[in-house]
Amino acid sequence: MKAVITVIGRDRVGIIAKVSTACAEYGANIVDITQSVLDQYFAMIMIAEIDHLTSDFPAFADAMNRLGKDNGLEVHCMHEEIFDAMHSI
Amino acid sequence: MFNTENVLETIKMIRQENLDVRTVTMGISLYDCVSDDISRLTDNIYDKLMRKAERLVPECELLEKYYGIPIVNKRISVTPVSLIGGRATPSDYVKIAKTLDRAAADLGVNFVGGFSALVQKGMTVGADALIFAIPEALAETKIVCSSVNVASTRAGINMDAVARMGRVVKETAALTADSDALGCAKLVVFSNAVEDNPFMAGAFHGTGEGDCAINVGVSGPGVVEKAVERVGDCDFSALADEIKKTAFKITRVGQLVAYEASKRLNVPYGIVDLSLAPTPAVGDSVANILETMGIETCGGPGTTAALAMLNDAVKKGGVMASSHVGGLSGAFIPVSEDAGMIAAAENGILTLEKLEAMTAVCSVGLDMICIPGDTSAATISGIIADEIAIGMVNCKTTAVRVIPAPGKKVGDSVEFGGLLGHAPVMAVNPSSCERFIARGGRIPAPIHSLKN
Repeated sequence: MKAVITVIGRDRVGIIAKVSTACAEYGANIVDITQSVLDQYFAMIMIAEIDHLTSDFPAFADAMNRLGKDNGLEVHCMHEEIFDAMHSI
Repeated sequence: MFNTENVLETIKMIRQENLDVRTVTMGISLYDCVSDDISRLTDNIYDKLMRKAERLVPECELLEKYYGIPIVNKRISVTPVSLIGGRATPSDYVKIAKTLDRAAADLGVNFVGGFSALVQKGMTVGADALIFAIPEALAETKIVCSSVNVASTRAGINMDAVARMGRVVKETAALTADSDALGCAKLVVFSNAVEDNPFMAGAFHGTGEGDCAINVGVSGPGVVEKAVERVGDCDFSALADEIKKTAFKITRVGQLVAYEASKRLNVPYGIVDLSLAPTPAVGDSVANILETMGIETCGGPGTTAALAMLNDAVKKGGVMASSHVGGLSGAFIPVSEDAGMIAAAENGILTLEKLEAMTAVCSVGLDMICIPGDTSAATISGIIADEIAIGMVNCKTTAVRVIPAPGKKVGDSVEFGGLLGHAPVMAVNPSSCERFIARGGRIPAPIHSLKN
């Protein structure tokens, strides 16, 4: 199972480091990172394997949201299934 | 594997365009609760609801976390209560309503629907007692919803029931006068009521349903509005295609949530209801979609055609995204729950008569409309009869949920709060239909009901 972590906000030093550190703390294994610019905003999408999380998924998602709030970023952590459902037939 | 654009589109739909799952509704049969002793009956109902729906709210909250999408309402619908009341008296029915209210509050759900009777052809003793109890039941409970099906394409219109419901609406308004007739916001009169509707106030768990089912209602007027805005002034074919694509995506989210909720709760998946359900929030309005299509103000010329196209495209896009489609499935046009409708009604462009025409091409009827408090019961019955006739003749569900707020006049405003919103009091045609309603009896079923 994978989670899709999106990080949206103004670009600054150390964003990837912060998110990756939090992922490591929770046992989420990052398998892919892409970046793009949307409406002058930095947008990063991380795909992480979550089969061996050290907590349940909601706690991990909450931690990611908190990380975003603490750093002035919008961070969403969602299960991959919602993207599969919406964008594939 | 994951296309960046798709991921960002999903996030944008949820965060900026109000995409949500409007409701996960658990339908629960009350057939096995039947007892000739009212205390045992209410105990059985309470126990069954608590047992079946114990995990409904927590599991839905987990799904919200997993998929990052709000599930706005968690609800319960039950077997039409008039079918399981046996020899219950009106005061017994009020006790049943209070039991439903208590169970729903203890479970933490938003609403419970099914304080209902099906009287399209005639009225049983149980249905008669339940309808008698409706005003008190709605006044004495907080989150119980009631509905009465007074017509169907196969049976015609039970005009005795239509006349009666005009009076029931007035009594409900009087008993809940201190909250601007809030009781009437929880009461729907139907033609061709559906058995698997997840939306309130008209949800009940139909007679042909199994013991328990999960039905999901999707939403997303804001997402459709933005999609219409993005394609600009294209022709109708291109516009319909864009709406279909958007509806497909919205519905897939509903399907995913329905499937997962059903798996986690170990309850069969019933249907996904493909409805565009607005809220009073800015950017979550069906009226605004029509206006983005090119209608200056919702209710003006072109509105019915725009709505017909929208409704059809939503269904066509949604139907392939879900394995079982049901419920009401269409764009809703409740006045008080839609910021665009409220504005159009306030400036006088959107009238009761235009809303009636609009209901011929969409789901579901004259919904959440405030009318003057001194509107007579016969006039309300006339409004119900007109709307119900549209449903009967067109083989579709139609409904009436009007609120004759006591003491309010045209130009006043009624505030319900939350998802029920607020609404201006709209003018009602003053011509009398007293003699017509007083005839009683049944309007025969239309010729095209004879399909066999």
